[in-house]
Amino acid sequence: MLANLRNLVRYRGLVQSLVARELKARYRGSVLGFFWSFINPLLLLLIYSFVFSFVIERGESDLEPYALFMFCGILPWTWFSSSLSESASVLMTGGNLIKKVLFPAEVLPIVTVLANMVHFLLGLPILVIFLLYYKPVPPVLELVWFPVVVLVQLVLTLGLALVLSALTVHFRDIKDILANVLTFWFFATPIIYSMPQVPGRAHWMLNLNPFTHLAITYQEILFYDGPVGHWRWLLALGAGSVGLFLLGYFVFDRLRDSFAEEV
Amino acid sequence: MDAIDVRNVTKVYRRYSRRKKFATLKSALIDGTLVGDLKPDETFPALNGVSFAVPAGITFGIVGRNGSGKSTMLKLVAGITKPTSGTVSVRGRISALIELGAGFHPEISGRENVFINGIMLGLTKKEVARRFDEIVEFAELRDFIDAPVKTYSSGMYMRLGFAVAIHVDPDVLLVDEVLAVGDEAFTHKCLDKFGEFRRRGKTILLVTHALSLVERFCDEALWLDGGRKREIGDPMRVVGAYLTAVEHGEERTLAAENSATLARVEAEGRAEPEPGTEAPAGETPAAVTSGNADEPPDHLLRAREGRWGSREVEILDVALKDRSGQLGHVFQSGDPVSVHLKVRAAQPVVDFVFGIGLFNPEGVCCYGTNTYLEELEPESFTGEAEVVFSIDALDLVEGTYKLDVAVHKMDGYPYDYHRLLYTFRVKSRAHDVGIYRPRHRWTFVGDVKLKHRATSDGGAAEAGPASGRTEA
Repeated sequence: MLANLRNLVRYRGLVQSLVARELKARYRGSVLGFFWSFINPLLLLLIYSFVFSFVIERGESDLEPYALFMFCGILPWTWFSSSLSESASVLMTGGNLIKKVLFPAEVLPIVTVLANMVHFLLGLPILVIFLLYYKPVPPVLELVWFPVVVLVQLVLTLGLALVLSALTVHFRDIKDILANVLTFWFFATPIIYSMPQVPGRAHWMLNLNPFTHLAITYQEILFYDGPVGHWRWLLALGAGSVGLFLLGYFVFDRLRDSFAEEV
Repeated sequence: MDAIDVRNVTKVYRRYSRRKKFATLKSALIDGTLVGDLKPDETFPALNGVSFAVPAGITFGIVGRNGSGKSTMLKLVAGITKPTSGTVSVRGRISALIELGAGFHPEISGRENVFINGIMLGLTKKEVARRFDEIVEFAELRDFIDAPVKTYSSGMYMRLGFAVAIHVDPDVLLVDEVLAVGDEAFTHKCLDKFGEFRRRGKTILLVTHALSLVERFCDEALWLDGGRKREIGDPMRVVGAYLTAVEHGEERTLAAENSATLARVEAEGRAEPEPGTEAPAGETPAAVTSGNADEPPDHLLRAREGRWGSREVEILDVALKDRSGQLGHVFQSGDPVSVHLKVRAAQPVVDFVFGIGLFNPEGVCCYGTNTYLEELEPESFTGEAEVVFSIDALDLVEGTYKLDVAVHKMDGYPYDYHRLLYTFRVKSRAHDVGIYRPRHRWTFVGDVKLKHRATSDGGAAEAGPASGRTEA
């Protein structure tokens, strides 16, 4: 396993070019091309703003501007959820490579996660524009935490993606189960609501959800004024994510030999 | 030094009896068979204790029928799958031409795909860039290299895949039946490239059904049969042994097929009332015409097997025999063959004609004759007798042929008519075309030089269609 992990470093050229290919291929042939990376989150933002500002009365709250608050959570969530749902089937769609070419299979889920991360990063300029509009003084000090939270999310997502992709080869219905789990997960995370709005007795449940801490950190960095108070949780989650990644890689490595036959 | 060393390798695949292929997490959890499902319960050995070594720098061929484990062996050598037991070790960089263009992305251009594919096969970006022009030149895709790969024809796709894989510059090249990728010219180019590899002392492992390629090209060959090693060594000898076994196999299949056809026709004959006993139009050789009243007219064109007649004279048994009198269904072109009919006349008859017809798979009558046409007047026939139709030389091209035999009256009234009930194969080393192979030879007057291909030193390029054929 360790030798294979070391090999991962050797594959970085391959990962790099596959991510580039993924991004190029995604919008090839569409009129707006790469702009969809901006437009998609923007449209999503508009829909949620419409629903939660006009359709549903929220009453008084400190979540103004609400669109910005939500956007802080939705952008990373989109990266997280599409990474997982795509990597669940990535070994099957890439079956030809695994069956016919000597190809390091773990590259496929990793590429999926990274390509979605690039999309996430491309969506950030929209967020920056909103940020500058509402808060002319950018929270520079807090932004130091931004790369940290992105890194923690990356490691967490990679770990989950490795496990899911490996298990889906053997149990195809993970794909369908996952779609529903992700919907539930979204609403069980303080993205469209804030943690203080949740009754205290439910806090422990939300705290068990790793994405809660990511979402809260994003919100503290970008939305709320004041220092990032959630960093202890974040670092703990970071440590847990490294553990999860190693576990995920271990599972993937154990099942690796079966891929060529089962895919 | 061995480039490839395969020791006592066994590869077992799982077979799923209870539709386990579609086992799901849900059912596994509900039935509690999660652990059981992950354990193979029924297995199928694709390879069974195979050992061989390929010295560096030689070209090694693997032959065998479908399902004999050739491709599994190649995948094991390539490292795509792992052996269940035994070891496979390979020295040097491998490039596997197993599936060409696996990993091409249809939406992006050929150029980008070449880079990514090259990197997948183990090159660096710089190395691909250095070889890029050569690759495109080889694939003959200069004008299309910037078009998305989805617009390529399958030939273009394969050519590009081949070009990338071959330019990886491996020490060991694994080739699985990929020479069928392009037109004649491209195939020659591929063979040239293989020749160049050989000259540069690279090792090639070739899996193919093109036996002539193995004979011409390989230094050593392995014959796999049912996952086991049958023969290894000189390619001529191995291919010869393989061909003989294939003939024996065909022989058995044809024998079984013939008796099955006969049994079916017999059963049909009993089920229906005796088909028309009215006389067909003429005393033509068996089955050239068949004007049987019960037969729908389209049967004249779409001859299908059957048996009819009054059975006053009956054909009890039909046997094909080779030169040594052995029963057989597979013959070499040009060999003597005889057709033996065992016949019986329940009552003495004076009006009888024995006929015979040979048909190729398209239903074309290759030859037909009968005793009447050959001016043999019937006089009398009682009891059991044997009729032998001897062919001195079966000068037909390779193919599967069917046989008609019949005994009828001079006016065509059928006693017993066996239409297309007997199948036999004609084999030939030369793949000439047509139906009939006249006895022939080539002679050349003047300054024309040819040499026999089988004895040339594997020169791959001189394979023009009629250039070196000198068999008599």
